[in-house]
Amino acid sequence: MGNFLVWVVWVVAAFSCLGSGIAVVSFSNPFYSALSLIGNLASLAVLYLLLSAEFVAAAQVLVYAGAVMVMFLFVIAYLGGRADAPWAGGPNWLTLGAVAASAALFVEVIVVIGLKTSGRLAHEASIGSSFGSPAEVARLFLTDHLLAFEITSIVLLVAAVGGVILGSHARVGGTQQ
Amino acid sequence: MMGPDVVWYLAVAAFLFCTGALGVLIRRSPLIVLLSLEIMLNGANLALITFARYYGRGDGQVFALAVMAIAASEVVVGLGLIVAMARRHLDLDVDELRTLRG
Repeated sequence: MGNFLVWVVWVVAAFSCLGSGIAVVSFSNPFYSALSLIGNLASLAVLYLLLSAEFVAAAQVLVYAGAVMVMFLFVIAYLGGRADAPWAGGPNWLTLGAVAASAALFVEVIVVIGLKTSGRLAHEASIGSSFGSPAEVARLFLTDHLLAFEITSIVLLVAAVGGVILGSHARVGGTQQ
Repeated sequence: MMGPDVVWYLAVAAFLFCTGALGVLIRRSPLIVLLSLEIMLNGANLALITFARYYGRGDGQVFALAVMAIAASEVVVGLGLIVAMARRHLDLDVDELRTLRG
């Protein structure tokens, strides 16, 4: 019974994830695309929960759906959602080629997964109750992956400085807007 | 583990990555190109977390969190560039921005 419920939750989350991903690519209005991306991120958080990554799921909702998407929606509202119809004017060769390329990429990945793993991925490791908890993630971050943690902080600082410079009114040539 | 095998999660991750790649290739609005990039990063994140669960180790989750931080900084710089382009009255179309192409 519990297994059946997990399957149901997985199917709902996976298909809403795939559907909203396609919606992001195919909506012509950027505003609707951003809203579908929020649905995509939320259903991905459900998938993370099914994989016992509780802290990452919470961070996904907070960081992506909370902070990043609000910033996106602000910028789209500021610029005005200009329509950019991807399928307008019938199929052209560039669009068809792009669709064929990404379909080929998908088939390639699936074939590699099917050939290289062929049943070996069916038995995953057993995990303790602390797997994916904030304490476990923090222990790994501050012991084994301390360098990655520090480099991430430097990258965030550089991005913040870059955002301020890009958004400031003063130009390098000295012209004020 | 109850529910589907690891392989099914990997298939979802691969599909998400390819959907994002398709969006990057066919869309002309830089805003939607950024949104599609987010989908690609999330597909990679799902694969990382799936393998973290498969091996029963938390390192994949740590990497997924680092990818999240990188994605947030990428969005800051990308949106800053788009707003700066709009302020200079440049056309928001990645096909028109070909000065750097050489």
